[in-house]
Amino acid sequence: MTQVRNFSIGGPVLEVQNISLRFGGVKAITDTSFKVLMHEIRAIIGPNGAGKSSLLNCINGIYKPQEGKILFKGEVLDRISPNIIARKGISRTFQNLALFKRMSVIDNILVGRRLHMSANFLQVAFQTPAATREERENRERCEEIVDFLEIRDIRDTPVGRLPYGLQKKVELGRALATEADVLLLDEPMAGMNVEEKREMCRFILKVNDELGTTMVLIEHDMGVVMDISDNVVVLDYGKIIADGPPEAVRTNQNVIDAYLGVAHD
Amino acid sequence: MTSKPILGPYSQGDILRLGAAMAVTFLVLPLIIQSDYWYSSILIPWLCLALAAIGQQFVMGYAGQLALGAAGFMAAGAFALYNIELRLPWMPFPLALFFSGLIAAALGVLFGLPSLRVRGIYLMVATLAAQFFIIWTIDKFGWFKNYDTSGIITAQDIVIFGHAFTSPLEMYLVVAAVVTVLTILAINMTRGSVGRNWMAVRDMDIAAESMGISLLRTKLQAFALSAFYCGVAGALFAFTYLKSLEPVAFDIKLSFQILFMVILGGLGTINGAFIGAGFILLFPVVLNTVGNAWFHGMIDATIISAIEQVVFGALIILFLIYEPLGMAKLWEKLRARTFGMSAVRPTVPADLAQKP
Ligand SMILES: Nc1ncnc2c1ncn2[C@@H]1O[C@H](COP(=O)(O)OP(=O)(O)OP(=O)(O)O)[C@@H](O)[C@H]1O
Ligand SMILES: [Mg+2]
Repeated sequence: MTQVRNFSIGGPVLEVQNISLRFGGVKAITDTSFKVLMHEIRAIIGPNGAGKSSLLNCINGIYKPQEGKILFKGEVLDRISPNIIARKGISRTFQNLALFKRMSVIDNILVGRRLHMSANFLQVAFQTPAATREERENRERCEEIVDFLEIRDIRDTPVGRLPYGLQKKVELGRALATEADVLLLDEPMAGMNVEEKREMCRFILKVNDELGTTMVLIEHDMGVVMDISDNVVVLDYGKIIADGPPEAVRTNQNVIDAYLGVAHD
Repeated sequence: MTSKPILGPYSQGDILRLGAAMAVTFLVLPLIIQSDYWYSSILIPWLCLALAAIGQQFVMGYAGQLALGAAGFMAAGAFALYNIELRLPWMPFPLALFFSGLIAAALGVLFGLPSLRVRGIYLMVATLAAQFFIIWTIDKFGWFKNYDTSGIITAQDIVIFGHAFTSPLEMYLVVAAVVTVLTILAINMTRGSVGRNWMAVRDMDIAAESMGISLLRTKLQAFALSAFYCGVAGALFAFTYLKSLEPVAFDIKLSFQILFMVILGGLGTINGAFIGAGFILLFPVVLNTVGNAWFHGMIDATIISAIEQVVFGALIILFLIYEPLGMAKLWEKLRARTFGMSAVRPTVPADLAQKP
């Protein structure tokens, strides 16, 4: 983190308070609380099945936790659907790629601009000046993202035909296009080689530095986590076992035990 | 790549093609075709069915909702127009046609509601309810048919600015004008944010929702616009092709035909609606003509119709497996090979594509 940050880390923007989530008998998350600070890069780590993705799914409204609440900018996000939560300023990427497969790269990114476009279907059908201006401005914005992510050569390719790593990049682009205040990134670097990971880190850091976007990212690669995150939450069996700066978390005995697979009592 | 966009989502090439299509539709064909048969039995039903197929494209090709009931909405549009002409004769024809579409659209929203709960084959069954319910209602309540008992009701004349459009050529021009306008609006919507939202819902609904798209609004919008197009198509179909109003003309078979037009023509393309409609309409005619010419009536008509069914079935399966983008895609490939044009149409203004 050698770049200069335009935004210094502030107070809590997202507060997860005592949430529990069950699927039948499976306890995915148990009484979990933590806070994400404004403009920070927050990593969530933990072994497979720890409940990391479920946590993100709770935050953006895909899962409804049975207990607890989630506050965003002081407002409770309760039982509202993902599209309303997106409106409030939370966007995301998915662990198992959730791109619009038959649409081109640029069209995928354009969908990320959804909330910046307000022309209704009649305005679009009749190509009113407002609708065409809005379309043009948002396309220009997406072209900037295409350039930023260095994916100009694939901009018209249907994303379903792209290799995995590029699809991950496009999904990041779509999330960036939303210009949300908080981005939830579920393993954005999974399946990438070292080069690609480094590149991805560069993008994430740059966006955070320049735009101040708060990032909550799930990542298994400890090197990456240590490098880019301001704070780390460690989940194990649906519970938080550590929360703090990367150096502190790395030396935490609970964390070491969890990763070494020490038996629970 | 291609030339600069000069009008909204249209490149210069698009404008040329659109202009050529319009010149052929409104000038060349009317000048060269003298035979009423061509207008009444080929061009008019082709354009009407293509319009309904565009409606089916919205909901199925773009929004990805497996809906089956287009003919029901066509019936709604047809009987709506009949009743408006009957009860509100002062209303100008274009306005009456518009309201017929609106009535169908309202029904479309109603019968689109199951799409919020179920998908795939279950949705198909649920939307079949539209088909049966609409036809049943028209049959059951005499009011819709103005208590006619003869079974066949003659459609009123189309009168615009005091002129009755009664000859096949005149009716063709009315249909062509409506279809041209609605096709251009359809292209504008599907190439713009409306179509993108639909396709996003089609390809990955949970991601679409996470980007701020309301599934409820987007799906119902697709159903409403689909039913509007089908309603207008049905009204035109009844008033210019059938020239009568009979619910049986809009049975489940027609709904299936429109579904097949979209699959064969190519899901998610406006071209495909026209190609698919043309194919479904002309194929039996061609088969019959060929059958008679080659075998001199030695083959029974029932056999020919059986062959027709088999070929349709086989084609649909082949297209679903090998070319889900349908004949529209084949046509593009062919064009690319013959004229060396780009096979992939950039979906974006080309000047942005050329940024270094
Ligand atoms: N939709 C679901 N239905 C049933 N069980 C689920 C569902 N989603 C998650 N689970 C269960 O909840 C637990 C936590 O899963 P989750 O995907 O959140 O883990 P994770 O930490 O993201 O793991 P990974 O590192 O493998 O991605 C698992 O036991 C999983 O099987
Ligand atoms: Mg996960």
